[in-house]
Amino acid sequence: MNGSDKVQQLVDHLFRHESGKMIAVLTRIFGTHNLEMVEDVVQEAFFRAMKTWHFEQLPDNPSGWLMQVARNRAIDIIRRQQHFDQYSKEVAYALQEETEQTVEQFFSESEVADSQLRMIFACCHPALKEEDQVALTLKTVSGFGVAEIARALVTNETVIQKRLYRAKQYLKDNKIALEIPAGHELTTRLQIVYTVLYLLFNEGYNSLKSDELIRKDLCAEAMRLAFLLTEHRSGKHPATFALLALMCLQASRFESRMDADNSIILLQHQDRSTWNAALIQQGYYFLNQSSTGDELTIYHLESAIAAEHCMAPTFKDTNWARMLQMYDMLLEQKRTPLVLLNRAIVMAQLNQAVKAIHEIWLIEDIDNLLITQYIFSAVLGDLYWQIGDEHNAGKFLALAYQLTPSLAEKKLIKGKLNMIDHTKMN
Amino acid sequence: MKDFMFIFRGATEVFQLSPEEMQQHMHKWFTWVDELKAKNIYVAGEALTPEGKTVTGAKALVTDGPFAESKELVGGFFVIKANSYEEATEIAKSCPDLPFDGSVEVREVMKFR
Repeated sequence: MNGSDKVQQLVDHLFRHESGKMIAVLTRIFGTHNLEMVEDVVQEAFFRAMKTWHFEQLPDNPSGWLMQVARNRAIDIIRRQQHFDQYSKEVAYALQEETEQTVEQFFSESEVADSQLRMIFACCHPALKEEDQVALTLKTVSGFGVAEIARALVTNETVIQKRLYRAKQYLKDNKIALEIPAGHELTTRLQIVYTVLYLLFNEGYNSLKSDELIRKDLCAEAMRLAFLLTEHRSGKHPATFALLALMCLQASRFESRMDADNSIILLQHQDRSTWNAALIQQGYYFLNQSSTGDELTIYHLESAIAAEHCMAPTFKDTNWARMLQMYDMLLEQKRTPLVLLNRAIVMAQLNQAVKAIHEIWLIEDIDNLLITQYIFSAVLGDLYWQIGDEHNAGKFLALAYQLTPSLAEKKLIKGKLNMIDHTKMN
Repeated sequence: MKDFMFIFRGATEVFQLSPEEMQQHMHKWFTWVDELKAKNIYVAGEALTPEGKTVTGAKALVTDGPFAESKELVGGFFVIKANSYEEATEIAKSCPDLPFDGSVEVREVMKFR
């Protein structure tokens, strides 16, 4: 086998994903209070791989090789330290009696998956601040480095270090065990997991300040974790499938949202031929999987709305009537300015522009939103233009023009402003 | 053509990289070895474990180590073919560990007839 075969064999993000697996298994064995030690062991395993894989053949099973190193190191540490009460309560006795066998069991495929889920649940512990949940998930479950997390969340490394420290301290101080919550607690914990994954996806999808590569990584990672959830008995809920469907359908538009100069293009102006058909199909599949049970969660509604957009060949062909119904239902559970704004856009498509404008003015804190977030003044200006109120159209479109960083959007707004000036002159 | 040994030292900064960065770093090493093999100048190479023992002096004293400064710690070696030191050092400049505080010692292998 020549060298270039080796290069092709390593799957994208192999180390990152293996990191998550190893940390989950080792934390299960050694307990969350030993998280720092676990991270060191994992780092050592990679270091060893880097040294030996350079000069020798690639192992047939790189993933298995890494897990083997982690496993041997774990057995090593346990044998050397002999303080079994220091480790996870779950295994303390078994470790003492049958070290190798006990450790071995945790490295089976199903146990690895189980540990990963437990790790996700631990990172999403309700006592942790949301930003700390996100940071800890990205570090321990997703295998991101501190610098990578800082880049992804558009902040600096010190901030991330603090969040990680706080989270780890809490787990340590409160002796949080790696477990699957039961009954009602599982339901509430899952809600937090959904929120964190949704947040991760949105950071990747909507943040314009970080670079494209890390944003794609974030979206892909959120989707990977949501999928992981669906593979486990405790995570396999209709809402999980709905969340995954939503991510697939939105991710299908990832490429078409950006202009060549890295600025945003609104939905109505996107080239639909660049939407990823494969992701859309996956989205529909998961949407199907989600239509069981009697709960209509916000993820069900948001993914159904996303599906309506994906199904329409053009913006104008969208089933606006059906979409309005879904927005009305969504509002009952999630009444945010952005949802209200998107609903207003739908109303305008149903020739209810006057009513839509009225609804926008009713949005809480709208005066502030209009001067801080371009999307609100852009939409309002557009609606005024639709009903022929040129004075207000010009006023809000000009405001949107100032606020938007997007050159593509600036161009479109400019075009409309020119038409207004033109009719004014005649 | 002569044989030259590359002795790789240091590069402990690599230990601070994220999993993704380490994978990419390893990729760079594979590519470098590929290139050397494609040019038919790669002779041999091995990595060394960080632990070890040292045997010293007439009394053959065995100690744990080497506990050299991390900069000095030998991580591995290559043997490559080149016509001169100029050529060999030029090749060594492509070592992926250099940006991570690594160094390459270039030594000609003596051949006796």
